[in-house]
Amino acid sequence: MANRKVLGYRRENGRVGVRNHVIILPVDDISNAACEAVANNIKGTMALPHAYGRLQFGEDLDLHFRTMIGTGSNANVAAVVVIGIEAGWTKKIVDGIAATGKPVKGFSIEGKGDTRTIADASYQAKEFVQWASELQRTECDLHELYISVKCGESDTTTGLASCPAVGNVVDKHCALGGTASFGETSELTGAEHIVASKAENEEVRKEFMAAFDDYTKLVFDQRTNDLSESQPTKGNIAGGLTTIEEKALGNVEKLGKKTKFVGCLPPAVAPTKPGLWFMDTSSAAAEAVTLWAASGAVVHLFPTGQGNVIGNPIEPVIKLTGNPRTMATMAEHIDLDVSKILQGEMTVDEAGDALLDMIVRTANGRLTAAEALGHREFSMTKLYRSA
Amino acid sequence: MVHFLIHEAADNVGVAVVDIAAGADCAGRNLTDNEGLKAHSEEAIQLGHKIALKDFKVGDSVIKYGCEIGTIVKDVKAGHHVHTHNLKTKRWA
Repeated sequence: MANRKVLGYRRENGRVGVRNHVIILPVDDISNAACEAVANNIKGTMALPHAYGRLQFGEDLDLHFRTMIGTGSNANVAAVVVIGIEAGWTKKIVDGIAATGKPVKGFSIEGKGDTRTIADASYQAKEFVQWASELQRTECDLHELYISVKCGESDTTTGLASCPAVGNVVDKHCALGGTASFGETSELTGAEHIVASKAENEEVRKEFMAAFDDYTKLVFDQRTNDLSESQPTKGNIAGGLTTIEEKALGNVEKLGKKTKFVGCLPPAVAPTKPGLWFMDTSSAAAEAVTLWAASGAVVHLFPTGQGNVIGNPIEPVIKLTGNPRTMATMAEHIDLDVSKILQGEMTVDEAGDALLDMIVRTANGRLTAAEALGHREFSMTKLYRSA
Repeated sequence: MVHFLIHEAADNVGVAVVDIAAGADCAGRNLTDNEGLKAHSEEAIQLGHKIALKDFKVGDSVIKYGCEIGTIVKDVKAGHHVHTHNLKTKRWA
């Protein structure tokens, strides 16, 4: 496949983004109101309210900071205003984002109150958004885009059509030196042997199996009765999927036919070299995509069967389906229809090429269905209770 | 028109890719080698749901993608619907 070009934003650290967001990022839940007020004052900025950030500790707190810093550092973000209740953690996030070289400024509320903080932060946000609005897209290579993949509201058509189409893109993207990431650890149950066989070497295989076994233990330790109440979900079952094994075997079609994965990432950690990476994530769509955006992914590919409606504020989520009924009932949520695969009227390779075309159009600025419909699900992953 | 698909030659269930009526002669296709298959439906099977391509006894494994996807917990005759009422996971039960 020939090398293709996209019009992206090359950031200060050389990374390529496809959106030009100015975000107002709360350090903690109690700073949401100030962030939303700033975003309301200054048009073209976006607040990212979330539920956490106070009295977290240990690995859970590390993940919180990683997600905050990673979100601000994403190449789809031009500049960041950070607001927190106190100065210490606010500065930690500002410094983390500043390491990318992009403009970032922090404000803390204690000793000043919301009103003055909102005023100060609004002046800064206005400067940032006017500066960002003059940045120009430049020609970049398609393979410079870091792509994340995850499916949702899956059914049997996902494994027949939309996941294989994504797998075809993963093969083509990684063969050209692109970076991609898959995850959904517990949802690989029944297909973990297939994933393990796709590890680039024994060390990566062992690392994957350790992450898989850990997550499986967590799920079993917390279970109340039959897990098949939530995996597969009610929607999966309505769509014809019966067991977790069947769901997992469809899911792993996204990994492609030829590509080996080169490493394993903890949640919200950026890949360190090109290739396909496993990330240890939940299988809940909004949580998982939020983690990938925090790891630097700039485009997400989302196969759906029964019709998931998810979006993300940072990375555009491109949805595709192989289910003709979903195309008939929920077309406004779908960016690409690959249902012709079911009748043999479209090959998986053709579907992959059509999806690559959609990635290029999206990268060049086309709004996804989720963007046009205002889906901006930003869901932090929390590992355990706060102190 | 194709009524059902299988992923691998070893699969013993097919996935309906149209709504299949009861008592229909169905044309199938193997996605791996494009081989044609035939089946007869004994009950209605919705798009996306599975049709048994052989008789199953309790304890038999159901194969899809060439891999085990669970165990039969209630006998199923060829042409019938295979789903949560007669197939259970081996992993999360």
